[in-house]
Amino acid sequence: MLDAAQLHQLWQGMVTTIQLFLVAWTMAFTIAILLTVIRATNVRVARWFVDIYVEYHRNVPLLVQVLFWYFGMPELLPEGFRTWLYQHNAELSLAAIALALGSAAYIAEDIRSGLRAIPTTQFEATRALGASYIQCMRHIIVPQALRISIPPLVGRALLLFKNTSVAMAIGVVELTYQAREIENETYRTFATFGAATLMYIAGSFLLLFVGSRIAARYRIAGGSGRA
Amino acid sequence: MIKLDKVNKWYGPHHVLRDVDLTIAQGEVVVVCGPSGSGKSTLIRTINRLEPIEKGAITVNGQDVYAKNVNLNTLRQGIGFVFQSFNLFPHMTVLDNVLFAPTTIQKRSRKEATGEAMQLLERVGLAEKVGAYPGNLSGGQQQRVAIARALALKPPIMLFDEPTSALDPEMVGEVLQVMKSLARDGMTMVCVTHEMGFARDVSDRVVFMDAGEILEETTPEQFFTAPAHPRAQRFLADILHKA
Amino acid sequence: MLEILHDFWPTLLVGQYPNGPLGGLALTLILAICGLALSLPLALLLALARVSSIRPLALFASGLVQIVRSMPLLMLIFWAYFAVPKLTGYSVSGFTTLVCALVIYESAYLSEVIRSGIEAIPKGQIEASRSLGVGYWTTMRRVVLPQAMLNVLPSMTSQFISTIKETSLGYVISVNELTFAANQVNNLVLTKPLQVFGILAIIYFVVCFTLSRGLYWLDFRVRRARAMA
Repeated sequence: MLDAAQLHQLWQGMVTTIQLFLVAWTMAFTIAILLTVIRATNVRVARWFVDIYVEYHRNVPLLVQVLFWYFGMPELLPEGFRTWLYQHNAELSLAAIALALGSAAYIAEDIRSGLRAIPTTQFEATRALGASYIQCMRHIIVPQALRISIPPLVGRALLLFKNTSVAMAIGVVELTYQAREIENETYRTFATFGAATLMYIAGSFLLLFVGSRIAARYRIAGGSGRA
Repeated sequence: MIKLDKVNKWYGPHHVLRDVDLTIAQGEVVVVCGPSGSGKSTLIRTINRLEPIEKGAITVNGQDVYAKNVNLNTLRQGIGFVFQSFNLFPHMTVLDNVLFAPTTIQKRSRKEATGEAMQLLERVGLAEKVGAYPGNLSGGQQQRVAIARALALKPPIMLFDEPTSALDPEMVGEVLQVMKSLARDGMTMVCVTHEMGFARDVSDRVVFMDAGEILEETTPEQFFTAPAHPRAQRFLADILHKA
Repeated sequence: MLEILHDFWPTLLVGQYPNGPLGGLALTLILAICGLALSLPLALLLALARVSSIRPLALFASGLVQIVRSMPLLMLIFWAYFAVPKLTGYSVSGFTTLVCALVIYESAYLSEVIRSGIEAIPKGQIEASRSLGVGYWTTMRRVVLPQAMLNVLPSMTSQFISTIKETSLGYVISVNELTFAANQVNNLVLTKPLQVFGILAIIYFVVCFTLSRGLYWLDFRVRRARAMA
C-alpha cells in the first residue's frame, strides 16, 4: 500500500482537481447563461456567433483546446503580460479557461433543450396576464427551463470533474498528474492508480448525490406546466 | 378445455381476482364483460400466464398452466392471443409478422410456410397488404393482421383482450367480422369485449364480472333481456346508453 | 498558417508513413473505427446483462459500468498503459493500449444508450412475441434488439464522433495520432504555436463537423426509406 506521504501527495492533487473543477464550472455556467441571453436576442449575427461557438467546442477535442490555450493563445498577448502569466500559474488558469469554454457550449445546449421543453402555452398565459417579455422569461420560462435541465446539467458537471484530468497534459498538478508522478517514483502501479481511481469514484458519487438532491429539491411536481 | 379453479390474484393490497371459477368447453365462444377495473382483462391474461396468479389453478387442455415443470413456450403455442393495442412488430412486413411464429418456432422454411400465411391473410381480407409495414396500415387492418399472426400456429384456443377498444368506430366492424367467422368455424374463443352485438350474435355464454368476481354467467339472450344481478342490470343500462 | 499546412500536411495526415508506421489523422480515424467496432459487441453484451433477470449478472454489469463511468478516460488509459504490461508480462504498444482503454470506456457509455433503447420498446412487443410461444432470447434477438438498435443509431453516430475526439488523449502516451503529430510539428517550427494548434483545431473541427452532418443526413435517409417501405 502507499505510505502517508504519498497519500498526502495524492490528496493534494485531488484538492487541485476540486479547485479546477469549481472554478471552471462557475465560469462555464456563467458563460452559458450569457450565451443563452445572446441567443435570445434573436439578432441574426448574435445567433450565428453562438451557433459557431457551440459547434466549435463540440467538434474540437478538449485536449486540443487546452493545448491551444496554453501554447497558442499566449502568443497573442504582449510580451510582458505573457511572461507574467507564465510565472503566475498559467497552467491552472489557462486550463480552467479551456475547460470552462468547452463546457459552456454543452451547458448552453442543455439549457436550450430545457427552454424548448416548455410549452408555448406557458408563454401565452403569462403574456395574457399583461407581463412583459422579460418578466415572462425571468419569472416563468427560465426558472422552469433550469429545473428541467438539472439532470443533464448534473451529467455535465460530472464530465467536467473527470475532464480536469486533461489538464495534466500541460503540467497542472492535479490528481492524475500526482498519480503518474508517484507511480514513476515507486513503481507501485496498482496501489497508486487504485487510490487515485477510488478518489475519482468518490468524487463522482458525491457529485451525483449532490446533484440528485438538488434535482429532487427543484423538481417540478407532476410535470412541466402541461395541462 | 380451459378450466379456472378458484383463481385469486392480488396487485399489492388490491384483490383483483376473487375465487374465479370458469370452465370453457371446446368450440365454445365465451364473452367476458364488465365495467372497467372489473378484472376481466387481468383474468384473460392469466390464462396464458402473461400475468401470474397467487392462488388457484388454471388448466388448458389438461395441462396445468402454473405447474413447476410446464414448458411455457409450448403451452403458449397452443393459445392464440390478440391484444387491444395489436402489438404488431413494426420492423417486419405484414407477411413476416404472420410468418414469424412458423419460421422461428416450428423452424419451417419460408417457402413452405408462406402458402399457409397467405391463406390466413386472405381469410382476414388483407392478402394484398402482404409487403406493407404495420405503420402503413389502419388500426382495423393492423388488428386483422394480428389475428392472422395469432392463428399462424393453428392454436385450438383464441383469447381476445378488448380487440376493438382501440379502434375508430368505423373499423370495428371489419375486425368483428373476422372474429365471427372464426366462431362459426368452431374455434374455442374467450373474448373480453364491450361489443354487445358480437356477444349477441355468436357467443354461447356471457360472463359478467365486477370487482374481480364473476357475478353472472348466462346465455346471451338471458343476459341481454333480463340479467339477474343488479350490477349486471346497471352495466347493461350504461352500455345501452352509450350505443 | 498556410505555409505550415503546406510543409507539414503529410505528417499531420499520415504521420511517418511510408517511412514509418501510420500516424496523424489516418491513425486517429483507424483508432476511432477500431474503438467503435470493438466496443459495440461488448456494449451489447453489457446492456443485455443489465436487462436480464439474472440478478447477480445484472448487478455485476451495472457495477462495472458505474465504475468505468466514474473514472476519467485518461485514468483508464494510464491503467491500461502501466498495469497491462505488469499483468501480462508483455509490453503492449501504445496503439493497443489506447484501443483497449477506448473500448472499455465506450462500451460503458454505449451500453447505457442501448439499455435505454431496449427499455423504450413497449412491453406489448415482448408480450406479443411471448404469447406466440417464442422464447426469451429469440424474442430479444428478433423483436426487441432490431427495433432498439435502430432507435439508438443516432446516439451511436455521436458516440463515434466522441471517440474521434477521445483519440487525442493518445498524445499523453506518445501514440502518433493527430494531436501528437501536431505537437511534433510545433516542436519543429517552434515560433508559431498559435498557427500550429490553430490548424490542429481546424482539422478536428472539419472532420468531426462533416462527419456529424453526414451521419445525420444518412440516418435521416435510412429512417425515411424505412418509413416509406
